[in-house]
Amino acid sequence: MKKRISLICSLAVIAAIMVSAAIVTHAAAKKEPYKIGAIFSVTGRAAPLGTPEKEAAEMFIEEINKTGGVNGHKIELIIEDDGSEEGRAVMAAKKLVQKDKVLAVIGPSTSGNTLAIVKTFEESKTPLVSCAASVKIIEPVQKWVFNTPQTDRLAISKILNYLESKKIKKIAFINDSNAYGAGGRAEIENLAPQRGIQIVAKETFGGEDTDMTAQLTHIKGTDAQAIICWGTNPGPAVIARNAKQLGIKIPLIQSHGVANAKFLEIAGDGANGVVLPAGRLIVASQLPASDKQKKVLLKFKKSFQAKYKKDVDTFGGHAYDALNIVLGALKKSGADKTKLRAAIESTKGYVGTGGIYTYSATNHNGLSPEAFVMVNVVNGDWKLMK
Amino acid sequence: MTLTSQIIQYLLSGLVMGGSYALIALGFTIIYNGTNIINLAQGEFVMFGSMMMVTLTKADGLNMGIFPAFLVAVAATGLLALVFERLAIHPLRNADPISVIIVTIAASILMRGAAMLFWGKDAFPLAHFSGDKPIDIYGATILPQSFWVIGITLVVVVALIFYYKFTLTGKAMLACAVNKTAARLMGINVESMLMLSFVMSGMLGATAGIIIAPITLARYDMGMMLGLKGFCACILGGLGSSGGAIVGGLMLGVLESLGSGLISSQYKDAIAFMILLMVLFLRPQGLLPLKEMMMGQSRS
Repeated sequence: MKKRISLICSLAVIAAIMVSAAIVTHAAAKKEPYKIGAIFSVTGRAAPLGTPEKEAAEMFIEEINKTGGVNGHKIELIIEDDGSEEGRAVMAAKKLVQKDKVLAVIGPSTSGNTLAIVKTFEESKTPLVSCAASVKIIEPVQKWVFNTPQTDRLAISKILNYLESKKIKKIAFINDSNAYGAGGRAEIENLAPQRGIQIVAKETFGGEDTDMTAQLTHIKGTDAQAIICWGTNPGPAVIARNAKQLGIKIPLIQSHGVANAKFLEIAGDGANGVVLPAGRLIVASQLPASDKQKKVLLKFKKSFQAKYKKDVDTFGGHAYDALNIVLGALKKSGADKTKLRAAIESTKGYVGTGGIYTYSATNHNGLSPEAFVMVNVVNGDWKLMK
Repeated sequence: MTLTSQIIQYLLSGLVMGGSYALIALGFTIIYNGTNIINLAQGEFVMFGSMMMVTLTKADGLNMGIFPAFLVAVAATGLLALVFERLAIHPLRNADPISVIIVTIAASILMRGAAMLFWGKDAFPLAHFSGDKPIDIYGATILPQSFWVIGITLVVVVALIFYYKFTLTGKAMLACAVNKTAARLMGINVESMLMLSFVMSGMLGATAGIIIAPITLARYDMGMMLGLKGFCACILGGLGSSGGAIVGGLMLGVLESLGSGLISSQYKDAIAFMILLMVLFLRPQGLLPLKEMMMGQSRS
């Protein structure tokens, strides 16, 4: 009898151990975090883009994980720095896809780096939501590649609308020699003739150039009625300063690539009078209450300000939108890359910081020219143009 | 804008950039003459000088006046160059010049990285020395700062000529450049001459950075490009020759500006490097080579 009791006891103990072990493994399986990769230019030339993107992404992940993650899974964000170099972006992409086996990647910060890694994502069948703006990223549509920033084509369309309203027929175009600048140049060369606008001067500058008076002097010698500058800081700020120095009176139109506080700081007095198409973020508080994005923008601005004690910019917004779209899709699809891609493609009416996103099989950018407003600089600050 | 005033504008812009290239090239020359090495960290001295200037003059920093800050920034860069010589160059005094050159590359990466951590990755504007109201010259416009750049470059060049020709230390330094062993036998303290040449070259680099940064902005990675251009200017003028450094710098600046204005801005850097290649093919000793300068000096 005694023997039997002890046998039952030991069986019970073994059973208990097995059950608890099963519970533990089950619980562990349930808590397995979803891995998402990110590639940003935290150092190097594009650091002013990559740094706020990294910060916004980290902030967002912290918020999500505090509220329990996605479908009970925590999100693990693996951030790689590409140093603003294409080669390092390719290495980072391969590491994230092959070694970390992430479900999706957001970034990189620049168009050049994104184009360099598109192939990796197409081949490994992993969704990529880029934070870079070039049309080349999404056209022709690549099955696995999306982006969140307003593209240069939308920006150029917005600028051409503006030029038409001002009856400007002849323009000079000056662009950064990087992928972003070249993308803008290709778009204007394509779209301007359709609207009957003539490009009378085409100039370029290098991203590390510090004096653009030669290019601007050449433009001054033509009969251009406006200058359009396409590039990312600090080049366009130098152009704004040089234009003022040379006493150029025709309007200087910049791209949305300079829509950040740093441009105002380094261009100084040169910034005043500059006109540009920009996302609504920099003029969020000036928007009418009826604007759908206003609430999202103010909330994003406030939480970024609270965490990092500095103003957020458009670039942080690109990463925030990219993550939001990926996680929104992940909620529907679960941890399956093919289903996740399909879910991203079926995103509809997501109100983000960059605009209202509706992706489709033919549109992997999801935005319309309405994502932009025209802004000018008055007394060193952004002003929403009517 | 007429073509004449356009060309005046190109020449003026080119001379201003060329002036700063010339100062940087002089920094290369002084160290090359003392040690037979190319100090590829020269551009970082330029960056350090202008970034120091940012810290010293910023309203929420030390808020110093421009001229005291100028002196402090130049002195600080001289000190940095001295520390660099003691820690990185002096211990390698018996090594191959090529190993030392590689060490200077390492030092430049280190300095750039440290500057990025300390000052951040953004560009900073610097106050102009005397206002930023452009001055009109025959339809071309020039910033008052440009006069400072050209003026200070001239003053530095004249001071250097005076130093080399009329002071004992200057002559001793030249002697080290010609023949180190002979100089030592004549009782010249070669080691302190080398230290001095680093300090001077650091100070020259800082001066170039400080006078040009109000026009071009100061940034942690500005040194690399400026250093490269300064090095091109050296080769163009003849490596090791001070006159060559100045002529090379000014020529490079003017050609770059004329090239991008009149031919195409797309080929701006290509034009500069093509001229450099042509000089290397046709006249590898440079435009004003050291030997001819030295002979000129021995004759005078």
